[in-house]
Amino acid sequence: MANYPDRRGYYDGFGGRFVPETLMPALRELEQTYAAARRDKNFRVQLRRHLTQFAGRPTQLYCAARLSAALGLRIFLKREDMLHTGAHKINNTLGQALLARAMKKKRVIAETGAGQHGVATAVAAALLGLECEIFMGAEDMRRQALNVFRMRLLGAAVTAVHSGSKTLKDATNEAMRNWVSTVKTTHYIIGSVVGPHPFPQIVRDFQAVIGVEARAQIRKITGKLPDYLVACVGGGSNAMGLFHPFYRDRSVRCVGVEAGGKGLSTGEHAAALCGGSLGVLHGSKSLLLQDADGQIRIAHSISAGLDYPGVGPEHAFYKTSGRAEYVSVTDREAISAVRELSRREGIIPALESAHALAYVLKYGTRKFKKNSVVIICLSGRGDKDMEIISQLPEMQR
Amino acid sequence: MNRFAELTARLKRKRKKAFVVYLTAGFPDIAATRALLPRLQAAGADCIELGMPFSDPVADGATIQHASQEALRQGMTVRRFLELVKSVRARITVPLIMMTYYNPLLQYGLAAFVAQARECGLDGIIVPDLPPEESGALLHLLKPAGIAQIFLVSPLSDAARIRMIARACAGFIYYVPLTGVTGARAALAAGYAGKIRAIKAVSPLPVYVGFGVSQPEQVRRLAQAADGVIVGSALLDIVRQTYGSKNFPGAVERFVTNLNAQTFE
Repeated sequence: MANYPDRRGYYDGFGGRFVPETLMPALRELEQTYAAARRDKNFRVQLRRHLTQFAGRPTQLYCAARLSAALGLRIFLKREDMLHTGAHKINNTLGQALLARAMKKKRVIAETGAGQHGVATAVAAALLGLECEIFMGAEDMRRQALNVFRMRLLGAAVTAVHSGSKTLKDATNEAMRNWVSTVKTTHYIIGSVVGPHPFPQIVRDFQAVIGVEARAQIRKITGKLPDYLVACVGGGSNAMGLFHPFYRDRSVRCVGVEAGGKGLSTGEHAAALCGGSLGVLHGSKSLLLQDADGQIRIAHSISAGLDYPGVGPEHAFYKTSGRAEYVSVTDREAISAVRELSRREGIIPALESAHALAYVLKYGTRKFKKNSVVIICLSGRGDKDMEIISQLPEMQR
Repeated sequence: MNRFAELTARLKRKRKKAFVVYLTAGFPDIAATRALLPRLQAAGADCIELGMPFSDPVADGATIQHASQEALRQGMTVRRFLELVKSVRARITVPLIMMTYYNPLLQYGLAAFVAQARECGLDGIIVPDLPPEESGALLHLLKPAGIAQIFLVSPLSDAARIRMIARACAGFIYYVPLTGVTGARAALAAGYAGKIRAIKAVSPLPVYVGFGVSQPEQVRRLAQAADGVIVGSALLDIVRQTYGSKNFPGAVERFVTNLNAQTFE
């Protein structure tokens, strides 16, 4: 594996630890606990058992035959949508909940956008008997009412955040504030490869199971490595989980698809890598959406899970080093991808994952070599989005 | 002689502890901040912390979050902040400290910021999301400019961290007696006296205490253990409640006078 991050938590200039002093001791404790857990066979066995028996790993690498035929590509879907709770988020929450227990912390908190990370955290907390509180923007609670109910059913407290844009950015602010106040007894389960070191590394490593499995599966099926990996990028956890195990396979091209919202030129988007600049937000230095005065801009995406003005520091590193290419698709393109996959393959993808699909659908062989092998991370299923999609004018026909 | 050294000498003569006030610049508007600063000094403030608002203030509670949003809506920027400091500097003899988050400084450009801050007469800066480990680039510029970077110590900072923070710090050390964000609290956290002694054992700098302080009795008790007491959110609450009424700025001045009276030995 690549030797990133360095000892100070940097990915070649991105990353670091920009947090109030109160959190610095907790981050060091987390770093030490995580280092010990990685060496601890017992920890690895427990996590493996939960991932297998509880979450349902490994997930299939599914050859989408009709889509492949239509596009002239060999499309494989990494079916994270088949996991318990319906998205890849649980890979990380199970790992971090075990870390919380190793640190003897009895309470976990999390931020959530679409609610998938909140549900996955609530599930992990219930499994391990931890107290759980989820912070969620009031606007997202409206967009994802069903997930709010699921979290509460699982015994978690869901706290509405009314500040700022009332979405994921503000939920993250509030979760960090709560963590500053409760850090002695509480572990903050960050949901993506963002935040202060060591979070981007920990989340990447727990999500790397996606890429590790996909790498073995594709070699078994096709006898070789894939040509392309495609995944959506909000904070970037499913993409980094897929890309990272292929880091040294230089023939494998990585494509991260950001939320272009109403189009990059409108300014109403969530594409921090395509349309952002260097800055510090939520504990790390990375690319983000901001104005000339360094105030954070409000992101826009129809997908609550991508509606975030920042992105993980390792993605910023992948972009500047050229290891991955980052592109964007619009809300509208993502919605048609939901419909396309549903009709062609009988799989309803989450709006987030639909961004990755939409890019492949949009460009097909104009962008991807004919007959090349493309793995798309289907990071979650679309059940949670049915209400919002059903209300769109184009679905009324 | 720099204004922090002057302050320490003056406090010693007057046999009192420092009373520090915090205001968000541009709240409720820029004219109000400009008018309040000399009045705060006249009412007894020994040092003034001026907040440069940031859209995502993770170390701040509801009061300063609200004030920051308002101030940004009023058009506050780092450039206007520095202009404000420059415009009041001749009338303000006590140390003026900027409190902000790292991103607005980073976008302004650290070198340009420090050069202009020095010209405007800024005495110190507090950046709560910039621990000493990440502050190398800024400190390197601030030191030769004679601007103090003030770092926070928390109840969870161990002896090794306190030593590291003390080495990087100038002006004073800011002790936060609770694990939490800014904002008035009904009760003081326990155990602050011991921690203040631990800080003073490794550093000659004065130790000022802030976060959660709002009442005269709290100020009196903290002033016995520390070299200074900082009040922010409680003051902003009074500004918000009285601005536009006939009680402004009288109520703000009375609040400062009243709390400052608790800091005499």
